[in-house]
Amino acid sequence: MDNKLIKDQFFQMLRIRKVELKISELYPEEEMRCPVHLSVGQEAVAVGVCSALQKKDIALSAHRSHAHYLAKGGDLKSMLAELYGKKTGCAEGKGGSMHLIDLEAGLIAAVPIVGSTIPIAVGSAWGNMMQDKSVTTAVFFGEGATETGVFHESLGFASLHNMPMIFVCENNLYSVYSSLEVRQSNKRNNIKIAEGHGIVSLKGEGNDVSSVYGVIKESISIIKKQKGPVYVEFDTYRWLEHCGPNDDDHLGYRKDKEVKKWKINCPIEKTKDYLLNNKLADEKEIQTVSLELDDEIEEAFEFAKTSPFLDKKHLYTSIYSD
Amino acid sequence: MRNLKFFEAIREATAISLRDDPSVYLVGLGVPDPKGIFGTTEGLQSEYGADRVFDMPISENAMTGVAIGSALVGMRPILTHQRVEFALLSMEQIVNQAAKWFHMTAGKKNIPLVIRMIIGRGWGQGAQHSQSLESWFAHIPGLKVVMPATPYDAKGLLISAVEDNNPVIFMEHRWLHNTFGEVPKRKYKVPLGKANIIKSGKDLTIVSHSYMSIEALKAAMIMKEHGIDSEVIDLRSLRPLDTKTIIKSVKKTKRLLVVDNGWTRFGVSAEIISSVTEKIFDELKCSPSRIGIEDVPLPSTRALAVHAYPTPSKIVKAAAKLLGLQIKLSKEQKKSDPLDQPDQNFTGPF
Ligand SMILES: Cc1ncc(C[n+]2csc(CCOP(=O)(O)OP(=O)(O)O)c2C)c(N)n1
Ligand SMILES: [Mg+2]
Repeated sequence: MDNKLIKDQFFQMLRIRKVELKISELYPEEEMRCPVHLSVGQEAVAVGVCSALQKKDIALSAHRSHAHYLAKGGDLKSMLAELYGKKTGCAEGKGGSMHLIDLEAGLIAAVPIVGSTIPIAVGSAWGNMMQDKSVTTAVFFGEGATETGVFHESLGFASLHNMPMIFVCENNLYSVYSSLEVRQSNKRNNIKIAEGHGIVSLKGEGNDVSSVYGVIKESISIIKKQKGPVYVEFDTYRWLEHCGPNDDDHLGYRKDKEVKKWKINCPIEKTKDYLLNNKLADEKEIQTVSLELDDEIEEAFEFAKTSPFLDKKHLYTSIYSD
Repeated sequence: MRNLKFFEAIREATAISLRDDPSVYLVGLGVPDPKGIFGTTEGLQSEYGADRVFDMPISENAMTGVAIGSALVGMRPILTHQRVEFALLSMEQIVNQAAKWFHMTAGKKNIPLVIRMIIGRGWGQGAQHSQSLESWFAHIPGLKVVMPATPYDAKGLLISAVEDNNPVIFMEHRWLHNTFGEVPKRKYKVPLGKANIIKSGKDLTIVSHSYMSIEALKAAMIMKEHGIDSEVIDLRSLRPLDTKTIIKSVKKTKRLLVVDNGWTRFGVSAEIISSVTEKIFDELKCSPSRIGIEDVPLPSTRALAVHAYPTPSKIVKAAAKLLGLQIKLSKEQKKSDPLDQPDQNFTGPF
């Protein structure tokens, strides 16, 4: 394993976790007035995937996009300002948490209609193909999105034209409060569904950043060699409520045992142990970087909070392009 | 008389429908979940069983077809969507199938189906979670569209909708769910296609629907303090549209202001004004007027979203203009304009 890489991935995950927890902490101030779907617990997929991609590669996400945005290199200040509804936000406050975008980082879309960015990702892959650009497109979606019709239609078309893209399914077992049990037959197998479309399908360990990274690296080489899309699936778990800053374990829709099991399987703690056990980092270094991250995040929140709002006249701007 | 919240009235109507007719069933994303579609379906699964009250995959299009198919063979489904926007995935099934079946089969097969859709607003939900698209559905012959504004009407209209033999789109504004009102315990029906005069007056007619009826009523109360006596009509149904009640009122007041719950262009207000001017153009003292959501996608940031909606202040201003008056609102009166939540006590979920 690449020592520098794993360390870097660790700190990226830590950064995302810290950002999300800070949002969770400050949300009750009611200044971030938009729905937020936090990624706490799911950092390894975002970081594992994006660290295997290049900057020029493209990523798309859905409603739970903070981790994807940050892992792909999206600007932290712009993201937070967006959550605060400010002019300095990545969409000037017009989008909010559910519509993050950072074109320079290649995070070209995130939208909250489940499944909607999947075909758009296919189109992005196709468009790049038509222009002979060697760009890989990755689209993140939850296992809930595999229930949409458009998911299946998209697999079909991507396969038909050998699109250079990766379908990244994050299976966190739930859609809002609904468990897989009430949504998908237990005889169903998404890997086989994708394979049925002639798409190579891989599974990795969703809370193990190295496993995710390895699967995506393999996917990229498959895309290069065989020229076709790859479907990948990672099991992971969301720690907090579906939408909002709190945990909602008191509601009882997830078994205590299950929640505990997944929290023990923390992607960040796991990587930290690996770093310490292999003497790739010591507590002191981790502490130092951790404090630096705190400062960075503090400053970014300060930026977001003190940024101005758009003027009223901008209600009528960016409706049509010239 | 007993007071209930709007969401409780919906739950009660659903419970009565499930109780009285074994062919009624309730399906939708999150129907049995702990929050029960903002409380509207809470407890119904434990009361009526998982074979009649159930969750579904995120497959809105397919599930609409499934509901239609089951209706064809004798069931009476209620399908719910937490946002109108999720129902958009099923437009083909709604518009081509549900709305057309009775006609295409020359009346051999009708589709008794209720589709609940919730309109979002506020808390930065933005472009894809706060659209008022009722006019899309009201445009389609073969569909009925109802939009209650009070808990009383919510219960009575939902029971009527379930008993109706046609596909009925039942739209709820999220900002109404926590409003209070008198709701009798008994089973009663509010007829589809019948508007309600929620305040009578003589100086002008204000027509509105859904959440905007609340704002229109607030505006009417402010106007009253300024000596203007307006009549407010809450449409309750968009299709069938009760033009009779509207025309009768405008004949009396000679002035018409429509407060649209959605965008005005090609929308509900366009239809109301056409229906009136076609019939009694000569009797109007001035051109009719309308306000609605600004002609833009809804932005997330409250700095902009707050300016996108009609407010009591804007309604008063539009009414005053119709009457050739100038009204200056007091600070207290302006306070009734909401920001990005219906009131301070409402903390979501949105
Ligand atoms: C078409 C559509 N239907 C319903 C919703 C409401 N909704 C928002 S997020 C969500 C859950 C999605 O679950 P999943 O795809 O597994 O992602 P997760 O939230 O678990 O990350 C649902 C049902 C929606 N946004 N879009
Ligand atoms: Mg999920």
